[in-house]
Amino acid sequence: MTGMTGMTAQQCLEAHHRRPPDEWLIGFARALRAAGLHVTADRERTFLVAVSQVGLGERRGVYWAGRATLTSSPADVERYDQVFTAWFTGRPMETTHTVPPTVRPPVRQAALDDDAASGAGPETEDDLLRARASGQEVLRQRDVAALDRAERAQLARMFERLHPLAPHRPARRHVPRRTGPVNGPATLREQLRRVGEPGPVRHHRRGVRTRRVVLLIDVSGSMSAYADSLLRLAHRFVQAAPTTEVFTMGTRLTHVTRALRERDPDRALVAAGAVVPDWSGGTRLGDALAAFLDRWGRRGMARGAVVVLFSDGWERTGPEVLGEQMRRLRALAHRVVWVNPHRGKAGYQPIQQGIVAALPHVDDFVAGHSFATFEELIEVIAHA
Amino acid sequence: MLRGMEQAFTSPDDVTATLARTGYLADEALATVTFLATRLGRPILLEGEPGTGKTALAESLAEALGQKLIRLQCYEGIEATQALYDWDFPRQILHLRAVEAVAGDEHRDPKQLEAELFDERFLLARPVLRALREAPCVLLIDEIDRADDEFEAFLLEVLSTWQVTIPEVGTIAAEHPPLVVLTSNRTRELHDALKRRCLYHWIDHPGLARELDIVRTRLPEVSDTLAEQVVRLVQRLRTEGDLIKPPGVAETLDWARALDALGAGSLDPEVAAATLGAAVKYREDGERVRAMLDRMLAG
Ligand SMILES: Nc1ncnc2c1ncn2[C@@H]1O[C@H](COP(=O)(O)OP(=O)(O)OP(=O)(O)O)[C@@H](O)[C@H]1O
Ligand SMILES: [Mg+2]
Repeated sequence: MTGMTGMTAQQCLEAHHRRPPDEWLIGFARALRAAGLHVTADRERTFLVAVSQVGLGERRGVYWAGRATLTSSPADVERYDQVFTAWFTGRPMETTHTVPPTVRPPVRQAALDDDAASGAGPETEDDLLRARASGQEVLRQRDVAALDRAERAQLARMFERLHPLAPHRPARRHVPRRTGPVNGPATLREQLRRVGEPGPVRHHRRGVRTRRVVLLIDVSGSMSAYADSLLRLAHRFVQAAPTTEVFTMGTRLTHVTRALRERDPDRALVAAGAVVPDWSGGTRLGDALAAFLDRWGRRGMARGAVVVLFSDGWERTGPEVLGEQMRRLRALAHRVVWVNPHRGKAGYQPIQQGIVAALPHVDDFVAGHSFATFEELIEVIAHA
Repeated sequence: MLRGMEQAFTSPDDVTATLARTGYLADEALATVTFLATRLGRPILLEGEPGTGKTALAESLAEALGQKLIRLQCYEGIEATQALYDWDFPRQILHLRAVEAVAGDEHRDPKQLEAELFDERFLLARPVLRALREAPCVLLIDEIDRADDEFEAFLLEVLSTWQVTIPEVGTIAAEHPPLVVLTSNRTRELHDALKRRCLYHWIDHPGLARELDIVRTRLPEVSDTLAEQVVRLVQRLRTEGDLIKPPGVAETLDWARALDALGAGSLDPEVAAATLGAAVKYREDGERVRAMLDRMLAG
C-alpha cells in the first residue's frame, strides 16, 4: 500500500468536482475494471455498502473495503494498489496494461509483429486467400523454431482456430443405472411402493464429466524457441477447457493459468511473460516437478488428470530425481503425456538422460515441434 | 434473543482487540475484512501460503465470540450430501420392519409410511446443514480448493441463499447467516462467482515484528533471544531460501517449541540443524537450508 497518509477520502471527493460519493466510488470501481479486474455490478454494490460501514472519511478503511470487495487474487491486489494510488492522488491512470520492466523476448515477438505478414504481396483477394491457404499448409508442417517473424505472426493467428477438448471421466454426481452401488433411499422407496414386497434393488452410477488437463511447459534455454507456440497452445486449452491448469518449469515452477485466462492471446502471453521469472534459464525439471507434486499435484490437481509435459529432457539435476518424480506423477495422474520437440525429427534418439529416466513412467511420448504435431497432440489429449 | 453477527464487533479495532484475547494477532487488513464480513453477512475467502493462520482465524473467531465452530474439511471428491445430510438408512429399515411387524397387511398406507421414513428424525445433519440450523455460529469451510467445481457451485448456492431444500423434508433456512470462513491454498483457481460472493483476503506471511509478537503470545515460555533468532532466520529462509515449501507461522512455532524443549537458550548451527525438521518438511529443502545455516547464523 502506498501513500496512505495524504488526503482523506472526503477531501479527495471534494477535489473531484464535488461529485456525489457513490458516483465517485463507482468511478474508482470502473477504473479497476478498465485495469483488468473482474468488477461486476454486484461487486460494485457490495463495495459501496462496505465503504459505508468503514466510513468514507477513513482513507485506509476505503482502501481495505475496496480490496476485500473488488479483488480476488494476489495479481488483482497488485493492480488494485496501482489504481488506488492513481485515483486518490488524482493523477491520470495509465490506460495501457503495464508490464514489469524486465522484458521477456520469447513470448513477445509474435505479438509485436502481428501485421508484418500482410504487408506487401498478392494483388487480388482471391490470390491472397489462395496464397494464404497453401502458405498455411506449409506452415503447419514447419518446425516452429525455424520460423521468421512474419511466419510466427501468421502462425499465431492459426492458433486461434484451435479448439482443444478436455477428455471425459466419470462424474461425482450419481445417475440411476442398472448396475453399480446400491442406492439406499431409492431402494427403500421401491419397497414402499410395493407395500413391503421386496422389489428390485436400485443402483446408481456416476455420470460423465471432463477430466482436468494439466500442462507443464519447460521454458528453459534449450526450449526457448518453442515457448511462444507452447504458451499459445496452452492459452487455447485454458480458453476452450476452463479446468485446464498451466505451469512453466525452468529453475522454478510458475503457475500461469490465471494469466492465460485473458481472452486475447497476445495480452495473455504478455501477462504470462510477466509472471514467469526464469525465461531461458537453466532447467531443474526434477525439482520443478517435485514442487508441482508437493504443492499442487498431491492436493488434488494432478489426481485423475491428464498431465502433459513439454520438454526436451535436458536436465541439470540428476536424472534419478526426475525419474522418481515421474514415478510419483504417474501414480497420481490418469495419463502422463510427454511432448518432445525433437521427437518428430529425423534421426532423433531419446538419449538425453532426463528422457531416459522419465520414459518408463510416460503413457504417450509424442512430437511437438510444428502446428500439425500440436493438432495431433490435441487429439491424443481428447482421447486420453 | 438470538442475534446474527452484524453486531458482533463495533469496529475493525474491536476485531483486533477481541481476537488478541484468544492469542490471535490480526493485522489491520484482516481485521477490516472480518469486520466487514460480520456487517455485510458475507463469507470471508482467505487465500495464502500454508501455515499463515487461515484456519486459526476461524477457530479464534468462534472462541472470541463464544460461538460454536462447525468445520467442513474439503477433499477431492467431496459431494454435496457429505456437506449437508444423509439418511440414516439402517435406522429407516429398522423402522420399516417394526411397522410391518406391528400392523397387519391391511393397514399399510405407503404414502404415510414414506412420510414417516423420510422424516427429520432419520436425517443425519452434516456441517453445512448444522451451521444453517445452529447459527449464529462460525462455519469453517477449510481448503475449498481441494473440492471440485460442482461442489463449489453447491456451496455458492448455500452461501447466497442461506437455505437448502431437502426434497422429503422441505426447505431449511438459517435465521441468521452464520459467519463463514473459506480457506484455500490456491492449488487451483476458484470460480469467479464464488469469489464474487465472498470478501477476499490474501494472507501473507507476517512481517518480522508481528511474527515475533505471535511467537511471544503463543509461546511465552520461550526466551526472547531464542524467539527473535528463530523468527529472523525463518524470515530469511522465506525470502532467500528458494524452498519448495517455505516455512509458515506454524513451522516457526514448532521450531521455537522444539528448541525450547531441548533447553536451547539461543540458536547455534548445530542445534539448529538438529531441529530443522520442525521447520522444513522436504528432504531437498533440508539439504538446501543446512548448507545455508552456517553462513546465516554467522552473519
Ligand atoms: N496471526 C496469528 N496469530 C496467532 N497465531 C497464528 C497467527 N497466524 C498463524 N498462527 C498460528 O500458526 C499456526 C498455523 O496456522 P493455521 O493452521 O491456521 O494455518 P493455515 O493458513 O490454515 O495453513 P494451511 O494452509 O496449511 O491449512 C497455528 O498454530 C496458528 O495458531
Ligand atoms: Mg488450514
